[in-house]
Amino acid sequence: MQTEWLYIGLFLVLGMVMPAMALMISWLVAPKKPNPIKQSTYECGVETVGEAWVQFKAEYYIFALAFLIFDVETVFLFPWALALDKLPLFAVVEGIVFILILLAGLVYLWRKGELEWA
Amino acid sequence: MTFWSDPIRFVADWLLGVLTGWGLTESASDAILMVLGAVALITFALVFDIFLVWVERKVVARFQDRLGPNRLGPFGLFQPFADVIKLIIKEDITPAGANKFLYNLAPVLSIGSVLLLWAVIPLAPRIYGLDMNVGLLYVVAAGALGTLAIIFAGWASNNKYALLGAFRLVATMVAYEVPMVVVLLIPAILADSLSIWQITASQNIWYVILSPLGALIFLIAAIAELGRSPFDLTEAESEIVAGYNIEYSGMKFGLFYAGELLHAFTFGGFVAILFFGGWRGPGAEQYPLLGAFYFMLKAMIGYWVIMWVKYTVPRIRIDHMLAFNWKFLTPLSLVVLMVTAVLDKVLAGVAPWLYALIMFLSNLLIAWVTIEILRALGRRAGEQAVTQQVARY
Repeated sequence: MQTEWLYIGLFLVLGMVMPAMALMISWLVAPKKPNPIKQSTYECGVETVGEAWVQFKAEYYIFALAFLIFDVETVFLFPWALALDKLPLFAVVEGIVFILILLAGLVYLWRKGELEWA
Repeated sequence: MTFWSDPIRFVADWLLGVLTGWGLTESASDAILMVLGAVALITFALVFDIFLVWVERKVVARFQDRLGPNRLGPFGLFQPFADVIKLIIKEDITPAGANKFLYNLAPVLSIGSVLLLWAVIPLAPRIYGLDMNVGLLYVVAAGALGTLAIIFAGWASNNKYALLGAFRLVATMVAYEVPMVVVLLIPAILADSLSIWQITASQNIWYVILSPLGALIFLIAAIAELGRSPFDLTEAESEIVAGYNIEYSGMKFGLFYAGELLHAFTFGGFVAILFFGGWRGPGAEQYPLLGAFYFMLKAMIGYWVIMWVKYTVPRIRIDHMLAFNWKFLTPLSLVVLMVTAVLDKVLAGVAPWLYALIMFLSNLLIAWVTIEILRALGRRAGEQAVTQQVARY
């Protein structure tokens, strides 16, 4: 078990180091002649006004909440799906009821008009 | 045991013999072999990635009635190598206002997250990096890392277009992850396992026959997760120039591009593994290399379908995209999941062919009901539009 995660860690490190090597080679051989115009932010030739790190109205925080609910739901459903063959039929129906309750929540959001991009 | 029946074990045993012959301890040799194996797999993925650039360019050319690269080497096969050399010797421009650390981390993380997926892909019965017991969850988690890389890129560039691109990606990811994870439960139910190797091995009947709707939903959600057309709002050229990678040039852009192609191919591979039997085929058990060939062939067909969709369907608007997910794909995927779960439970112990037939027919029934509902809704919307028109005159 531990070796498995060690292998994943190894993969993460190698998978980032090997592409980074391409960047290193590029850094060694590519010309470096920076100037202020070249390094300015590219916004179709118009000079930039202010910076991009501002507070911004995200349109989809309700979507994000719905996503969280459904994602947590699926985490609960994974063990249920795996044990399906060993569970009695009643437990399977309970799982279905759980999904139906969440679907009802989705319908509620829909009827409230929260699923519109506005 | 010969090379053909188990190539990895054969090479590993030979290397182990060499290493212990040099006087290394057993555990040190094992560790070296582990590193070598990982390096070999990653190198294979990266070299294959260069080949994918050629495939992509050649196929898009055919879709647009052009020839594509055909000058450099046979069928233009050496063209991507020229591309790589060009990208490497290009000047790398970092915008003055950028957050240097995240700006440089993003492209590396973007391709690293895709390579992480290759750790659990079973290429053949005995050729794979790792057989994880939580493979499917791991795939979802590693996929989310790629999203993080793109958010890094969009935010660190300090460019409004890039930031908008990253925002749009979050909206896409937050939406399409739901049907994708729900549909991933279907192979888990059918195979009674989360291990990707186990899911492949248990497909005596391809799961696409047991759950064609599941395969279709997975393909659509995968295309959205990849940010490919028709869901490529993150890099909509006509609106936000190039989206999150607008400030990237040279090899850093190259890494994003390579990461995107490899990601698409990897998801083509997952469609093949989860629904089309992965490496399974005649003779694959005896000759693993043949199994690897079957897998690559199926993955390439999956990748080709993703490309086909990309170059045929126009980009859709973001509100339509979210409505399509929340009002259509999510409820549909949950219904398919419920029906599959109940039928799997009720049909325990019947003959496999009957099981497959009922599963297939149930999916057809769901599809038919869905189409009828959509048709009724469409007719009602049409009638409303007509009444509004009449009322105006």
